[in-house]
Amino acid sequence: MPDSLETTLRNATIAVLVENEAGILARVVGLFSGRGYNIESLTVAPVDADRRLSRITIVTSGTDMVIEQIKAQLDRLVPVHKVSDLTLEGPHIARELALIKVVGKGEARMEALRLADAFRARVVDATIESFVFEMTGAGEKLDAFIALMRPIGLAEVSRTGVVAIARGPGGFEA
Amino acid sequence: MSATLQTAETRTMTGAEIVLQALKDNGVEVIFGYPGGAVLPLYDALFQQNAIRHILVRHEQAAVHAAEGYARSTGKVGVVLVTSGPGATNAVTGLVDALMDSIPVICLTGQVPTHLIGNDAFQEADTTGITRPATKHNYLVKDIRKLAGTVHEAFYVAKSGRPGPVVIDLPKDILIGKGPYSEAPQAPHRSYRPQTEPDMASIRAAVRLLKGARRPIVYAGGGVINAGPEASRLLNEFVHMTRMPCTNTLMGLGAFPAEDPQFLGMLGMHGTYEANLAMHGCDVMLNIGARFDDRVTGRLNAFSPNSKKIHADIDPSSINKNVKVDVAIVGDAGAVLKALIECWQADEQPQDRAAIAEWWRAIDGWRGTGCLQYRQEGSIIKPQHAVKRLYEITREMGRETFITTEVGQHQMWAAQYFGFQKPNRWMTSGGLGTMGYGLPAAMGVQIAHPDALVIDIAGEASILMNIQEMGTLAQYRLPVKVFILNNEYMGMVRQWQELLHGSRYSESYSEALPDFVRLAEAFHARGMRVTEASQLDDAIREMIAHPGPVIADIAVAKDENCFPMIPSGAAHNEMILAPGQKGGVTGVTDEGKVLV
Repeated sequence: MPDSLETTLRNATIAVLVENEAGILARVVGLFSGRGYNIESLTVAPVDADRRLSRITIVTSGTDMVIEQIKAQLDRLVPVHKVSDLTLEGPHIARELALIKVVGKGEARMEALRLADAFRARVVDATIESFVFEMTGAGEKLDAFIALMRPIGLAEVSRTGVVAIARGPGGFEA
Repeated sequence: MSATLQTAETRTMTGAEIVLQALKDNGVEVIFGYPGGAVLPLYDALFQQNAIRHILVRHEQAAVHAAEGYARSTGKVGVVLVTSGPGATNAVTGLVDALMDSIPVICLTGQVPTHLIGNDAFQEADTTGITRPATKHNYLVKDIRKLAGTVHEAFYVAKSGRPGPVVIDLPKDILIGKGPYSEAPQAPHRSYRPQTEPDMASIRAAVRLLKGARRPIVYAGGGVINAGPEASRLLNEFVHMTRMPCTNTLMGLGAFPAEDPQFLGMLGMHGTYEANLAMHGCDVMLNIGARFDDRVTGRLNAFSPNSKKIHADIDPSSINKNVKVDVAIVGDAGAVLKALIECWQADEQPQDRAAIAEWWRAIDGWRGTGCLQYRQEGSIIKPQHAVKRLYEITREMGRETFITTEVGQHQMWAAQYFGFQKPNRWMTSGGLGTMGYGLPAAMGVQIAHPDALVIDIAGEASILMNIQEMGTLAQYRLPVKVFILNNEYMGMVRQWQELLHGSRYSESYSEALPDFVRLAEAFHARGMRVTEASQLDDAIREMIAHPGPVIADIAVAKDENCFPMIPSGAAHNEMILAPGQKGGVTGVTDEGKVLV
């Protein structure tokens, strides 16, 4: 803890626009592990093929001082174009996608379907004894659905991690 | 081939020729290196030209330190060339050293051909993987069409913003293949454009605080040196016009003249009593180009508890990292100082001169402690005395003098007792604390300043960490003087063992030392050994007068400690002074023992 006066932790969802080049993810992940920052979720994908840009979304936590550090440390990486703390800079939307496999027969199967309907999860694969649901939403909604599936026959979960974007017309240009 | 190097129009060259052309276009005159299989094409191209001089070192770590010495004493980018695998891994310590001390260095590393990467080929290492956290940035060139652009970009990255080391990993097939050469682009970099000009609102806020200060202090670091000699001149001007006391970090020594009455000496763990107490008691602190390093701050929650802090740094990530500040200024130290001077002059608010005079009276009281005093009695040479005489004799001679050091007690004594009047004359491993730095760094300095006096103030343990470079001194007839303060101990380790670990001197005795005189002679240099205080001055003069390299082995008091000292985990006002001096405390808390 760099400053004993400041101990309140907060979450931050940070968007990073980077050059789409080899090693960039290793740089970002290495920065977090090397400096002892938390990563709760990290996603990355190209977002602009013409300009060779990728976007990384990182969910982290720390004191205000640590989160300011994380932003500054990311910003000084040579291939980083822009860093934004979405949590701090106004309302934003954060979403995650999950694929959830549930195995079971009879009533459990019907219950899984009913709950999936209530949560607006889509069936993307089905066999006599299993479903794969696809679900998008805020992390807590996914958590809640997965928790409900556990006693019914949850077999496997795959989640993307959080992607996020600011509300309103403002853009995130390189 | 030499014709190829002279004209840089777009034309097809081999990769090796492209690299050399790009170096030349970036003003490179000398590179430090060591050949090997993967870089043979580059060495072949080097052989066929005369524009770039190659200095053959004896170990790749030394090549990087030499490039650092070259860079720090000239303000230019230092360039290193090493082979793949062990060549690259040996360079890693030097790279981290340059990273920690913000020294612009380009390190070209050979790599196995692209089709073999990942196959555990002979002398293959994942160089970009290994050096990612050891550099400011690194590149693996897999397409010869990007080679010239990558080298140009590497120079831009190494020297822009906060400088640092950059690695370019060069697979052998890229060096042999043919591709187009292009000159450095005029367009700004796509993503890396550090801010150098300060924001005027923060400058005004800083001046408002400084004008109202009753107990101000200027704390200047290596950022002022990195910003070029003009920044040091502006620091001088600012400190004089504001009548403020000024202290320098280890990295900043020379940014403000040591003999100026407004200079309080170095601050921090082995800083002066007056500098540390002034830092502790000030009401407004202006930090320019320093980073609130743990060696400077001591215990953070007791660091300068009642001051408003202004921090000017070119690296935004240095601001609010360790110490929360009241005014943050992002910019180049020279640009910041220029803006501060202009704003200070334009600001109508008067300074409280009476309060400043009162502040100086307090400082003069602390100065009266004489924290750097020592007694040279009898025939045993005190290490402090050896450095002080070295300083006084070189100053009398008036020769341009550059000092490098290894790491440990001798380094701190050099920082305390050798006065630096100008920037770029002091090369020491500050952040990483790399034993073995001083000799190769001195080589690099001497290459850049062939007629200057270059002295490596060393310890008998540190010097052995890169002693092989005596061979390089001999080969290039570099008249570097190695001034060893030989106390037969890893002195700083011994000191900590005495103070923190009940005088249990575990493994810190320098057993089985070589005969440094015969060692020097074996490397075609002059060797001297001095054991009597009465011989010291003559020996120093003789060492300096000798036209070639010298090892002067100075036998000094074995149990001397380096004071003042802020023990780890203590605050600035809890310094340990030398025995016999009043003030300060003794002892280290258990919490402090955990710290390094």
